[in-house]
Amino acid sequence: MLRATDPTTHLWDEELPGGSHWSSILRRGVVLRLTALADDANVAALFYSREQPLERYNMADTLKAQHTAHLTTGCVCYSDMGRILCSVIGDTCGWHDPLCGLTDADAITAKYGATRFQEQRNSRYVSGREAMLVELGKYGLGPRDLVANVNFFSKVVVDDDGAMRLATGHAKAGQHVDLRFEMDTIVLLHAGPHPLASGPAYVPAGVRLDAYRAPPMAADDPCRTRCPENARGFINTERLHAGLAESA
Amino acid sequence: MNSQPTPIDDTVPAGEPWMGVVKAGQTLRIVDLEGNQAVDTLFYNAADTTEHYSAQNTIQAQRRIYLTTGTVLLSNRGRPMLRIAEDTCGRHDTLGGACSSESNTVRYALEKRHMHSCRDSFLLALARHDRGMTKRDLPSNINFFMNVPVTPTGGLRFADGISAAGRHVDLLALMDTLVLISNCPQLNNPCNAYNPTPILVRTLGVTSRESA
Repeated sequence: MLRATDPTTHLWDEELPGGSHWSSILRRGVVLRLTALADDANVAALFYSREQPLERYNMADTLKAQHTAHLTTGCVCYSDMGRILCSVIGDTCGWHDPLCGLTDADAITAKYGATRFQEQRNSRYVSGREAMLVELGKYGLGPRDLVANVNFFSKVVVDDDGAMRLATGHAKAGQHVDLRFEMDTIVLLHAGPHPLASGPAYVPAGVRLDAYRAPPMAADDPCRTRCPENARGFINTERLHAGLAESA
Repeated sequence: MNSQPTPIDDTVPAGEPWMGVVKAGQTLRIVDLEGNQAVDTLFYNAADTTEHYSAQNTIQAQRRIYLTTGTVLLSNRGRPMLRIAEDTCGRHDTLGGACSSESNTVRYALEKRHMHSCRDSFLLALARHDRGMTKRDLPSNINFFMNVPVTPTGGLRFADGISAAGRHVDLLALMDTLVLISNCPQLNNPCNAYNPTPILVRTLGVTSRESA
């Protein structure tokens, strides 16, 4: 569907080093491709409506609407307002974790040791929670806005007793996931270790970002046709944009 | 004796919110009076409500998605808030979140928007109590007495309830805790047999009747 080098649809690219955090506004109709630059990548992600950031990614609504505990092609990320922030329109990894949340500073120190900028410069260890709080602050948002996130490229399996296990060897270098934005969205990313990663080495993979202009939505769009719930989610989202010009 | 914590002994009808403070050391019992009633619940540090129950911190720490006896409910700052001291149901959900009029339009039908929902109850309680809390302060909640299994292939099911009339969960407060409950009004989901029912919320030990 999307060819990585097509100059007619490719908008920009950027590389996030392992351990770094990033945010931007992704416009409706843009596809963001995340490409793992090494094995065992993990990219924590959060999504907020650009128009009203109180409308934000909602883990529970995303899971319930689609009867899933993992994200892959065909899944969408719901806001708490019954609308779709972004859709997973392509995925060569196969499973992304929406359950486990972020690392915090205590967990990072306990697992990998204490670091400071004074000694380690930009290779110091930053927790997922602090990375997200820094990026949230750039939009006037803070701890009250920090909700459950998606962990792209990580697979967490739950057994019959509810025990969670992080699958080893899941993400491979070069795999990608394509997110098509259905609303103007504040996107926060952190290329840091998954909270269930065992350590002991802190070697988070980098991730490459490529932005594309989304192709027109086909009648058999895998996200819209995945389930009747998603068809209704797209209707809710279209109503948000009703009356606006179709393309910018 | 020093000031005794105020005892709590309230029956909460279906569709009503409930808010109260449980002091450190008090145990709060929630009773599923008629069986398979969803009790959507959030906990906050009573002294600073920006610290609240975190499903992610809690399931990360115990590496298990279900809550039951022994589970320590952790805050978004990683601190212990309450411990489940007793549980005669066996399993409680913390992934399914709360119903809302907006999510009802997605899950059931666009025409379901007008039906009462937990998130409307939460917002009403926050407005009534006027502590400066808003929708920003509504993270993912616990659903006491709900059975929401994750399958080994990554599916999510709303399974038949495993609770029954009279089953209860006891929560020992490890800090002064503000409790926010929506006794779920959902009429579209078979998990409660389409019949929302009352619950009992009470503190154990010193109560107005049992104390001198």
